[in-house]
Amino acid sequence: MGKPKTIAEKILSNHAGRDVYAGDIAICDVDFCFGQDGTSSIIIDSFKKLGVKKPFDRTRFAMVIDHSAPSPNLGVSAIHQKMRAFAKETGVGLYDIGEGVCHQLIPEEGHVVCGDLILGADSHTCTYGAINALSTGVGSTDLAITLASGKNWFLVPETLKIVVNGKIPKGVYSKDIILCIIKVFGANGGTYKSVEFYGEAIESMSVDARLTISNMAVEMGAKCGIMEADQKALAWVSAHSTRNTSPVKADSGARYISVKEIDISKLAPQVAKPHTVDNVEDAKSLEDTKIDQAFIGTCTNGRLEDLRIAASVIGNRKVHKNIRFIIGPASKNIYLQAIKEGLIQRFIECGAAVISPGCGPCVGTHCGVPADGETVISTANRNFKGRMGNPNSFIYLASPATVAASAIEGRITDPRKYL
Amino acid sequence: MTYRGKARRLAVNDNLNTDYVISGRYKFKIQDPKELAKHIFEDICPDFPSRLKKGDFIVAGENFGCGSSREQAPQSIKAAGISAVIAKSYARIFYRNAFNIGLALIECNTDTIEEGDSIEVDLTKGKLVNKTKKDTLRIKPIPSVMMTLLKDGGVIEHFRKNGGFRFAT
Repeated sequence: MGKPKTIAEKILSNHAGRDVYAGDIAICDVDFCFGQDGTSSIIIDSFKKLGVKKPFDRTRFAMVIDHSAPSPNLGVSAIHQKMRAFAKETGVGLYDIGEGVCHQLIPEEGHVVCGDLILGADSHTCTYGAINALSTGVGSTDLAITLASGKNWFLVPETLKIVVNGKIPKGVYSKDIILCIIKVFGANGGTYKSVEFYGEAIESMSVDARLTISNMAVEMGAKCGIMEADQKALAWVSAHSTRNTSPVKADSGARYISVKEIDISKLAPQVAKPHTVDNVEDAKSLEDTKIDQAFIGTCTNGRLEDLRIAASVIGNRKVHKNIRFIIGPASKNIYLQAIKEGLIQRFIECGAAVISPGCGPCVGTHCGVPADGETVISTANRNFKGRMGNPNSFIYLASPATVAASAIEGRITDPRKYL
Repeated sequence: MTYRGKARRLAVNDNLNTDYVISGRYKFKIQDPKELAKHIFEDICPDFPSRLKKGDFIVAGENFGCGSSREQAPQSIKAAGISAVIAKSYARIFYRNAFNIGLALIECNTDTIEEGDSIEVDLTKGKLVNKTKKDTLRIKPIPSVMMTLLKDGGVIEHFRKNGGFRFAT
């Protein structure tokens, strides 16, 4: 049994086969691991250099082609070709173009259940903390080690507990809450730590909304952003996976490096300004900022609930004549469901360009690279200079409602008047 | 383990992210680290690749390497001939990635180090000598796991040599 544990200490202990605590180094079994097309080329190279004959378990690794999908140039085509050949050669999973963004697809396909330890060669792997998994991003060589051995080494993190109190106001969404949290803690405020999220506001959210919070834990430097599994999370997991789930709660008396309570009952829609995610202000105070492009999608906010919110803000309106409006559903399933619900038709009729599921605009590979001097408002998770492919452009981050309202008006807009 | 070179400072000091080390514009389509190395820090210091000399150190503030997990970031730093990064602290994925490929990360107070300063780092003695400023700085000891990986030349070599991980847990 040992001393009381945080969720991260418990999950890592369960996977190390011994009691481990913050500061320990643990060698753990990993439940599932994956790479995407920006990281898989080096995974394959590193795996081959390790000199093992085959992956430890071909059913516990997959590659997702999402960052530049379909391929925009010859260099990327060669990477995709290499990934497809490796999948064929080893029998590992491959999700090809159009299937979805890895952080939607991996849990949606049932590869993650409560209590899991997941590694992804992508920094936003922390997303599945919302379904009670310790999931974290690593580099390609780290991932190759796990692909070869089923294991990796972990520094057991200290845990920061964040309690989000209050009833979520109208027009405010999980994106606004996580932007507010990142503003409070800063880009370095959670570095190497596990963050546990609790509180009335988290409990009241759907799983879709919670995934947005955990997704952005890395923007404050955190290793993971975990929530306890309630009935909503358990229902979500059992709807997507046939694997046995083992929910993990923190012990009473577990040691936290700090406990912070945040009251969001008076929070207004938030916007992160260029060029850092912690540079956050109320949308209302930025309403004189004209925009050229609006983008709704990504592993942060490309889920069905996000598309429904955006469609309800837009109603029967058209977007502003000076705006390019881009919508990217986060997976094929979401895209199909959005078609069934009439959301896609509404987006197209309002003037949007709907692109196939993928990361393109967020990572600046294709599908919406801004021109010099242009301003974009996006539901993504990063607004670093050059992130969307042009260092001479400006990126603002906001909720799907704020992005949709801004697309209508052609400038940053507090969405509450459209709700 | 001793490294010698000149300090190179950048336009961004704290929270220097991996998109700034190597932009997604390049990393998604170029696989050769030497080719990627021609574009490092381009978005924040367009002339950086041209003023870099082999053996130079990159010197920065807190949370160096935050953001994307791209291993192309430490890979292209190493391929550019940079001896080591010297910063106050590092983001966790970058930290692992660097040692995994045998790139040393030095942690110390970098406030007094200026562009062009002549630096000598002795990892065994745990000190950094700024020859230009005639100043000696204490560096934070490198954890034993990282030191093992560094001595073995990276995690791949460590894994091959031992048939798995071999360090004290």
